[in-house]
Amino acid sequence: MTELNKTGAAVGEPTAAHRPEAFLEVRDLKVHFPTDDGIVKSVDGLSFSLEKGKTLAIVGESGSGKSVTSLAVMGLHRLGARGKNVRMGGEIWLDGKELVNASPDEVRRLRGREMAMIFQDPLSAMHPYYKIGDQIVEAYRVHNNVSKKVARKRAIEMLDRVGIPEPAKRVDGYPHEFSGGMRQRAMIAMALVNNPELLIADEPTTALDVTVQAQILDLIRDLQKEFGSAVIMITHDLGVVAEIADDVLVMYGGRCVERGPADEVFEQPQHPYTWGLLGSMPRIDRETSERLIPVKGSPPSLINVPSGCAFHPRCPYADLPKGNVTRTVRPELQQVDGGHFSACHLSPEDRTRIWTEEIAPKL
Amino acid sequence: MSETNKTESAPEAAIPHQASAPGEREVLLKVEGLQKHFPIKKGILQRQVAAVKAVDGIDFEVRKGETLGVVGESGCGKSTMGRVITRLQDPTGGSIHFEGQDITKLSTGKMRPLRRDIQMIFQDPYGSLNPRHTIGSIVSAPFRLQGVEPEGGVKKEVQRLLELVGLSPEHYNRYPHEFSGGQRQRIGIARALALKPKLVVADEPVSALDVSIQAQVVNLMDDLQQELGLTYVIIAHDLSVVRHVSDRVAVMYLGKIVEFADSSKLYESPMHPYTKALMSAVPVPDPKRRGQKNERILLRGDVPSPIAPPSGCRFHTRCWKATQICKTTEPPLLELRPGQRVACHHPENFADQAPQDVVLLSAAKEAVDLVGSAVLAEEAKQAQASAAAETASEEPAAAAEETVTAEETVSAEETVSAEETVAENQESTDK
Ligand SMILES: Nc1ncnc2c1ncn2[C@@H]1O[C@H](COP(=O)(O)OP(=O)(O)OP(=O)(O)O)[C@@H](O)[C@H]1O
Ligand SMILES: Nc1ncnc2c1ncn2[C@@H]1O[C@H](COP(=O)(O)OP(=O)(O)OP(=O)(O)O)[C@@H](O)[C@H]1O
Ligand code: SF4
Ligand code: SF4
Ligand SMILES: [Mg+2]
Ligand SMILES: [Mg+2]
Repeated sequence: MTELNKTGAAVGEPTAAHRPEAFLEVRDLKVHFPTDDGIVKSVDGLSFSLEKGKTLAIVGESGSGKSVTSLAVMGLHRLGARGKNVRMGGEIWLDGKELVNASPDEVRRLRGREMAMIFQDPLSAMHPYYKIGDQIVEAYRVHNNVSKKVARKRAIEMLDRVGIPEPAKRVDGYPHEFSGGMRQRAMIAMALVNNPELLIADEPTTALDVTVQAQILDLIRDLQKEFGSAVIMITHDLGVVAEIADDVLVMYGGRCVERGPADEVFEQPQHPYTWGLLGSMPRIDRETSERLIPVKGSPPSLINVPSGCAFHPRCPYADLPKGNVTRTVRPELQQVDGGHFSACHLSPEDRTRIWTEEIAPKL
Repeated sequence: MSETNKTESAPEAAIPHQASAPGEREVLLKVEGLQKHFPIKKGILQRQVAAVKAVDGIDFEVRKGETLGVVGESGCGKSTMGRVITRLQDPTGGSIHFEGQDITKLSTGKMRPLRRDIQMIFQDPYGSLNPRHTIGSIVSAPFRLQGVEPEGGVKKEVQRLLELVGLSPEHYNRYPHEFSGGQRQRIGIARALALKPKLVVADEPVSALDVSIQAQVVNLMDDLQQELGLTYVIIAHDLSVVRHVSDRVAVMYLGKIVEFADSSKLYESPMHPYTKALMSAVPVPDPKRRGQKNERILLRGDVPSPIAPPSGCRFHTRCWKATQICKTTEPPLLELRPGQRVACHHPENFADQAPQDVVLLSAAKEAVDLVGSAVLAEEAKQAQASAAAETASEEPAAAAEETVTAEETVSAEETVSAEETVAENQESTDK
């Protein structure tokens, strides 16, 4: 993880220089959507890597590009209605295969078996007219040559493992007959049915209460232990991050602003946006019932991305670095130490001081 | 909120006081004996063979200007309750009064003028937004349908609303699929708040939002409440959010309310064992405490089926305090402490309501294994203090083998397609 991505590389130019060693490696990924109002730069130069058996948590503001990134890895932007209007660049290497420039057929073969995704929106991923069980059976049989009966047994087993009560009965229910959380769990069952090597879980526990959430996290850990799966966990729940992640990647405006081992990012966060994130979190172990402190201001436009550091219109420290650099020069990711990187013009001394004196005491 | 810090052991008599001072507000919504059962039909004749008892007899009231939080496990009936009290679904039994008016059986036509005052924010943002309409037209629909012309025109007002929820004018002409999950959720919020309704039932309004925007939306809802006296019923599984926003909290379990209390009381000293379990399981965002599960009460045992809920107290199959009476007699929801109603024979942090009944069910003994050591230690202290002979309860208890056997396969009851549901939701909120 040492790349400093070149910005401005032509979208769509494969530069398959070398095969990466990591199980999953994303290099300078770009996903742009042309619209009537301009080009939406949802992901604009994102790089990260992930080893087998490890969990990477992606956190960041709503609309910062987390789901778009994961759909890109799954090769789903180029499909159907979505595919008409997308421009992609960069490289995605999964187990030695490059996916951005691979044929849709190649990617389809990987999807479901080698990589699977838990979608943020269960309803959008499930067919309303088919029974829940039949949809899981279908997903299983695409990649496994088994009878319907065997597949049905497997479906019931999976529903049971995600905590659906009376799975043998519920297996014949339709999506609209499930509660929000039950639908989400049915989708998790569908994604896990083939024991994928790469699991992308996009807000897998948003609709779930803590007890079930704990059960789902255990299930994902089991998958990792048993099959050495790599997991990308997209969540805004920092409690979940603390619980499960090895590494954390913080996104802002389509780019990575901070990345590193979970413990370090929690204990020594280096980026002002990460500080804001930690400060606006309600915690049950805390006494305050004052107003939460949101990061002030609005999310950045992805069409006219702010110049320099995209966070500068909202950053309380934008004027600290000398010479207006925050407004003119885009900060690149720089190593803090070990595997910990941050993209900010503040000097290390300023960062340490602000964190220890101003931010940490208030958390 | 200005609750005095209460101690657990305050032996003030269990006389139900009248509601505490800040609660002396007018009642906006009153619900009595509310039920919603979904029939399960079978065979060619589609005869009803059973029912999913999603909501099964609940009473509560919502006061003007307050925020009522509703929490409970997935599938316990929260969304169904929300849809029924906003009359998007018809109740099977019980009554709903809004501003003193009985709205239980109002026809769609008669409900229409009330739609402006009663709004719902749906749990599933994608399913509740018409995919063929731009966001501009979705959020301006309430104005059109109610014939309201805001100051400065609809378009300006819609853009103002979008900005309030953290969306920008560049989003105005986009379609739902071109948004992120959290953005869609905020579109639903903007639409629901457009006409400044009196009552907003918000089903997981911030679950898909990152903490920062969550804070922004929570603060927005707070501001509107201050400004316009809005009343909220907020359904959420995130206990820390609920704690932050709610004046009072209802805890649901399998279609029932098991505890209903002022928020501060509930979090300081929960009385229902289920509430206690729920709260102990909240992960804390601190990696140092990772893996420290010993403080948690993990509820094991399957969530029982709402088709054939357990007898007596519905929680008895998973409760570590369950005794014989729990299995046979349903505990009523009683105001044991001012501002705290609870339905339990052996409440936490309070005098036992059935002290003579000390023999634990065998299921309870199993559950004990799962209770964290911290909890047990605390329990032991309490037990000593109250000198209850609970520790001596070694006699073989009647096995709690109430295997829940719901007979028939759940068959597609209403063949409502999701698309129809979308249209329906769309319509009913728009009306
Ligand atoms: N098809 C599309 N056309 C135009 N813009 C799009 C499209 N899909 C996504 N976007 C925009 O790209 C940005 C990133 O979206 P994405 O879904 O990745 O956000 P996210 O980080 O997952 O947010 P959330 O936490 O709310 O789910 C958003 O601002 C969104 O509006
Ligand atoms: N249309 C329906 N037909 C049959 N059963 C239904 C229907 N709608 C809901 N149910 C059932 O009613 C029960 C309660 O569902 P509800 O959606 O109210 O739960 P919830 O508390 O909102 O859960 P969640 O937190 O998962 O959203 C569930 O068992 C669900 O399967
Ligand atoms: S580069 Fe400047 S504006 Fe950006 S986060 Fe750092 S201090 Fe703030
Ligand atoms: S002690 Fe008895 S009544 Fe109370 S929650 Fe447990 S099972 Fe129910
Ligand atoms: Mg998303
Ligand atoms: Mg629900």
